[in-house]
Amino acid sequence: MESDSRTGKRKGAGFFERRWKDVRVGDFVKVVSNEIIPADLLLLHTSDPNGVCHIETASLDGETNLKQRHIVSGLNTQDSQFEPEHFSYTVAVEKPNNNLNHFKGYIEKTDMKRLGFGTENLLPRGCTVRNTEFTTGFVVYAGHETKSMMNNNGPRYKRSKLECKMNIDVLYCVLLLFFMCLIGALGHYIWLESLPSMPLFLTPGSQGHLDPPLLSGFYMFFTMIILLQILIPISLYVSIELVKMGQIYFIINDVDLYDEETDSRVQCRALNIPEDLGQIQYIFSDKTGTLTENKMVFRRCSVMGTEYSHNDNAVRPSVLGEANDTEEEVIFHRSPQPSQTGWNLGDDHDPEAAQHRHHGRRPHSSVGRYKNKETGSSQGEAAFSSPLETEVVPDRKLLQCVLSSGGGDWVGGRWIGCSEATDLYLDFFLALAVCNTVVVSTANTAQAQRQRGSERSSHSVFQSPGDLLQTALTKMHSVYHTLHSWQPMIEEDVDPDHTPDPATSHGGHHSTAGGQTSHNSTQAQSTSTPKQCFEAESPDEAALVHAAKAYGFTLLTRTPESVTLRLPHGEELTYQVLDTLNFDPTRKRMSVVLRHPISREIVMYTKGADYTIMELLQTPSEANSLKGNHQNVAASTQRHIDWYAKEGLRTLCFAKKVLSERAYKDWSLRRQEALAAISNREELLMETAGHLEIQLTLLGATGIEDRLQDCVPDTITALKEAGIQVWMLTGDKPETAVNIGYACRLLDEGDLVIQMSTKDKVVCKSTLDCALEEVRQFEHSGGPGGMGGPEEPRLSIGLVIDGHTLGLALQSDLVASFLELARRCRSVLCCRVTPLQKSAVVTLVRERLKVMTLAIGDGANDVNMIQAADVGIGISGQEGMQAVMASDFSIACFKHLKKLLLVHGHWCYNRLAKMAIYFFYKNVTYVNLLFWYQFFCGFSGTSMIDIWLLIFFNLFFTSVPPIMFGVMDRDVSAEMLLGLPELYRTGQGSEGYDHLIFWIAMLDAFYQSLVCFFIPYWTYQGTDVDIYTFGTPMNTVAFFNIMFHLAIEIKSWTVVHWVTMLASVIVYFVVTLVYSAVCISCNPPSNPYWIIQQQMAKPMFYLVCVITTVIALLPRFTYRVLSNTLVPSPLVRARHLERLDTPIRDQ
Amino acid sequence: MMASSYNAKEEDGHVAVAGGGTIKNKKPDNTAFKQQRLPAWQPILTAGTVLPAFFVIGLIFIPIGIGLYVTSNNIKEFEIDYTGTDISSPCFNCSQSFSWNSTRPCICVLPFTLEQPFESKVYMYYGLSNFYQNHRRYVKSRDDSQLNGDINSLKNPTKECEPYARNEKVPIAPCGAIANSMFNDTLDLYYIDPNGTRIQIPLTKTGIAWQSDMNVKFRNPGSNTNLTAAFQGTSKPINWHKPVYELDTNPQNNGFINEDFIVWMRTAALPTFRKLYRIIDKKNHMTPTLPRGNYTLEVTYNYPVRSFEGKKRVILSTISWMGGKNPFLGIAYITVGSVCFFLGVVLLIIHHKYGSRNNSADIPN
Repeated sequence: MESDSRTGKRKGAGFFERRWKDVRVGDFVKVVSNEIIPADLLLLHTSDPNGVCHIETASLDGETNLKQRHIVSGLNTQDSQFEPEHFSYTVAVEKPNNNLNHFKGYIEKTDMKRLGFGTENLLPRGCTVRNTEFTTGFVVYAGHETKSMMNNNGPRYKRSKLECKMNIDVLYCVLLLFFMCLIGALGHYIWLESLPSMPLFLTPGSQGHLDPPLLSGFYMFFTMIILLQILIPISLYVSIELVKMGQIYFIINDVDLYDEETDSRVQCRALNIPEDLGQIQYIFSDKTGTLTENKMVFRRCSVMGTEYSHNDNAVRPSVLGEANDTEEEVIFHRSPQPSQTGWNLGDDHDPEAAQHRHHGRRPHSSVGRYKNKETGSSQGEAAFSSPLETEVVPDRKLLQCVLSSGGGDWVGGRWIGCSEATDLYLDFFLALAVCNTVVVSTANTAQAQRQRGSERSSHSVFQSPGDLLQTALTKMHSVYHTLHSWQPMIEEDVDPDHTPDPATSHGGHHSTAGGQTSHNSTQAQSTSTPKQCFEAESPDEAALVHAAKAYGFTLLTRTPESVTLRLPHGEELTYQVLDTLNFDPTRKRMSVVLRHPISREIVMYTKGADYTIMELLQTPSEANSLKGNHQNVAASTQRHIDWYAKEGLRTLCFAKKVLSERAYKDWSLRRQEALAAISNREELLMETAGHLEIQLTLLGATGIEDRLQDCVPDTITALKEAGIQVWMLTGDKPETAVNIGYACRLLDEGDLVIQMSTKDKVVCKSTLDCALEEVRQFEHSGGPGGMGGPEEPRLSIGLVIDGHTLGLALQSDLVASFLELARRCRSVLCCRVTPLQKSAVVTLVRERLKVMTLAIGDGANDVNMIQAADVGIGISGQEGMQAVMASDFSIACFKHLKKLLLVHGHWCYNRLAKMAIYFFYKNVTYVNLLFWYQFFCGFSGTSMIDIWLLIFFNLFFTSVPPIMFGVMDRDVSAEMLLGLPELYRTGQGSEGYDHLIFWIAMLDAFYQSLVCFFIPYWTYQGTDVDIYTFGTPMNTVAFFNIMFHLAIEIKSWTVVHWVTMLASVIVYFVVTLVYSAVCISCNPPSNPYWIIQQQMAKPMFYLVCVITTVIALLPRFTYRVLSNTLVPSPLVRARHLERLDTPIRDQ
Repeated sequence: MMASSYNAKEEDGHVAVAGGGTIKNKKPDNTAFKQQRLPAWQPILTAGTVLPAFFVIGLIFIPIGIGLYVTSNNIKEFEIDYTGTDISSPCFNCSQSFSWNSTRPCICVLPFTLEQPFESKVYMYYGLSNFYQNHRRYVKSRDDSQLNGDINSLKNPTKECEPYARNEKVPIAPCGAIANSMFNDTLDLYYIDPNGTRIQIPLTKTGIAWQSDMNVKFRNPGSNTNLTAAFQGTSKPINWHKPVYELDTNPQNNGFINEDFIVWMRTAALPTFRKLYRIIDKKNHMTPTLPRGNYTLEVTYNYPVRSFEGKKRVILSTISWMGGKNPFLGIAYITVGSVCFFLGVVLLIIHHKYGSRNNSADIPN
């Protein structure tokens, strides 16, 4: 796959297309936007004037936000056109290693000056260049030395646990065979020794002399091996493969595991481990894209103490799916009309409006492209511009509030509008749109660059309307026509909820009409630039910006110094950004200090976690204008936030603060000092931030949903009921992880959550010890209590640990206590973990706790984990195919895991376990017949069954029914298994197949073979029976015995079972009869001619068959009956329940 | 990978077409078979459900067992050992002075008394003990094509017959260890009637081998009439006194199709066995085949068993539909029937005590 991708590579004077595999260390590689980086590159040049390159590292660490990389500082490559020919420095880098976050090296210039560089200058292979037109780099690591390849462990050969156990039992069989052969050899020796002289029946060798007994005994050992080798169930392996194929056929064909949306079935890439699905004890799940859709959706907000539930946004994507296209079209077709009305209202001379018009033209040519983008976004073309996020349907009530308040101001004074301190609604949305680090770009970076380059100048152009007016007007005419031609369509597509009444917009209240108009024209604008997208460091920010956009506050551009946005009425405002106090995990908030372009007022917008913001609010005494009322706002907002959190939404609070010029100046000075400080700069910065972020005015709060995939909480609950421990391993922040943990019921409200986050090993150790002690205490106190009342809920513990702490905890001296703690936790959340850590955790748990692990993920960062786990599951569809390629099974969404594990896993495991046991039993039973006969033929290795029938017996007569049994038997119905996840536990405890069951089966096999041998023996003892006449009823008896044994084991008899069983019986008799009728002297020495016919003419044959089968199976049958009656297992109870259910269901 | 990217492209370009209906839908068929929902009979083995089976087995097996037992008991069987290991035995001398090559036959006479008359047809068996006719290499040591009359095999016996394939380069017919070790004692039965006269009992030589063996498996090379010519160029087995074409005077019972030979060639399954030697037909309905009284068995003692501490016996037995006398199967049936009946009773008790528990839904749900 990789070698097919081509990339630009320098050769001679220019760049040439080269295959990835041809890229060598020392090459210069030029990568254009949205291309995947082919090797680890040292960034030397980018199209960005600031020397910044944006990359998306999702395939490396799963973080979907954009990261900035800089060119090596001190290399003045950025000024002019970069010429690789003139790059004549020496580059030295450290040895290749797998640490994604560590990289260092230096460039030695010609003047012997060394320029250091680090991770911030590295473009790692596998990442995607975003938002940068092109970038040029120097290959420092290529191929297997790249960071991403060093992080790739390579596939692990997977063998199912059942097969591992089975292999041990096969080994036992080998030992048993060895033992039996030894008995045979010894027996033969003793028998020979006991003979007084050479008897008649002892045939000398062809040379005419007999081997000495010892040598004969030695030879006999090998003869016995040949005779009894069927004991080693070679056929078992073949049968198991066939059974697994059958099982996989049924898994693939399960209509419940089919996803309509992507038209994909479950894929089984590993054919050898379906039964492992039935034994999973630990699930390691990725978060992003696995549990969640990784689509942040603005769900609710609370402004000034009033809750606005955006009910329309709660609609699931699956439901929306179909409507999506039409929805877009509605918005899109509708948009020109209001523009036109706005036009009619006499805004002709507004250059902004003209600009809108200009944009408004574009949609009709970009219909296709827009759709392209929509479907294409799932392939990761655009970072955060998937249709769902953009599709925030505004709450109508809130929209009214915004527009009416904004509109009023707008009427009063056009340019002052939104700066009114009283109008907190506008402030709220302003904060939403501005208080972030979102970069606006278009998908086509080249365009973005051009725009960006001309932005400032174009702004100045806009400021002087006269210049542009002319051009705008010239374009106007054609636009007008276009719009007219659309009119019929518009009328057809009118959406009564959203389209403003034409009457209202034409006449009616001026302000409302104006507001609506502007709003709609904004929408027109937003849709008219279809490739515009917001690229944020975190998806939440993007969601907020989109939400703001839905209300008309569109972020247009952002530079470090300014931020431009369009207000609902169409004006564009460029705020000067005075300062940005970035988010940090200690403060848990970020602030932006802006200067309003018109009022020149300095405003600070702060957003952050609810508790930090709430603490910093103005006290009522301080609040002058909003006494009392303010208190209420805070209280009700807090109530709303609590409610959001309970719903699993990610909550953020927004607040503002108006600063006086002087206060800001004072603070700014201190800030500068802090920035300049050399020692403890971080602390100082934090302190200065703390100084500013006080006495805030609460604006409101938002609830963003990291939308969980369909039925994820249900699935997780079911999996937990099934006794599976679910771990979530994510590269995301702890806060997010915990939020999601609650949302998908990994954590419950009542859970004791242990948070571990430290960088110090000693602290880590003590925390571990403390937590462990605490947990033990809980268990102790819970233990006796649990004895007293079984109803008492067991305390469940959740562990949240971050990547760094995890790294410490995984060190050899702490790992034991960490596992001890993790084992007792109901769920574990690991945050900020690297792909390698993910696989390390999985490997550790798998190997140290000796449990069955399953890893599920969708991204390239989960590949290691998927390969490390016993069962790796890839979620197809979301992010590329790497996870799917590495996985054993790939499913379309997380909810399919439930049926895959609980039903198919259970079935596959139970079927295969029973079949394996049955095969062991079958072979031992049959072979032992031969073994017992050795006691009566001087251990000479004679077989009393014709050699061909012996071979056919395993190959044809008794092979198909057990395979059918392994493929199709259904102990409990799927509904029952889904309804009672506890039934899954039987597989986890290996109840279907363990060594005890194996040995019981062996004992039973010995018993049955003894019966099958000795009942005919005693019947024919002393008569004139010949060898093969003696063997025929024995063979038949063994056949029926083995068949009826299977019949006892079969839990559900479908047509297929009946047919195969009957067919086997028919085949046995037909083949034996025909063979005996045809083979006169074809197979010396047995010559089965007419033997079975002779036998079947005698009643004794049937009497022997009947009684032997009954005696042989009586113990097993009785045992089954008694255990089912006296101590029914959960499965048997479920079957009873199922039977009871049927009439109820029928009713 | 290929498929998914292909689909994505399709959606990209032709959304309308995709909705049209001729789309490649990967949705699995919703059939009962594929969805594993085939109607099934799902028996649950509990005391309640299997109770009848146990009683039925019990009720059927006990009568069968009784029938078998009675039948077996009605069979008359008489056995006499003539090995001659004991010094008091008439055959002691013969057994001691054995040599395969002795030309002078050693004859011993054993008197015996039948306490009960044998009413129906009597089968006369010779029995050998400790004779491992089932030894692997012994069993193999024969040439079935030769015995089937194949001329080529007659002259070139299979190497399985080694070392009894050739005698001084001359092929042996019949070759192999089995034929070589053929039982060659001659047994004659005399009835001593109450007034002391010895009446030889007529013994039928034919009808003792399987019809399938007689007619299909064993054939003489060439015609049955001129066996001497047919076996020209072959040698007799080393231990035999006379060649194979002189086994009997009756051409239909000579050569390879001699029934004594065929019976011997059907190797016994167990080291202690009997083989059918002669049949004593019932003369008429009035007199028993063998009336009670004194008999003598005249043995031409040729066959050595001392080398393997074997025993030689003569068995006189009537037979029934179930074969010879063997009480085992009858006892087994009676026992198993009783056990099943007993288990049925136990299960009945269990069913009454616990069975109702299963029928109520006691599963927490």
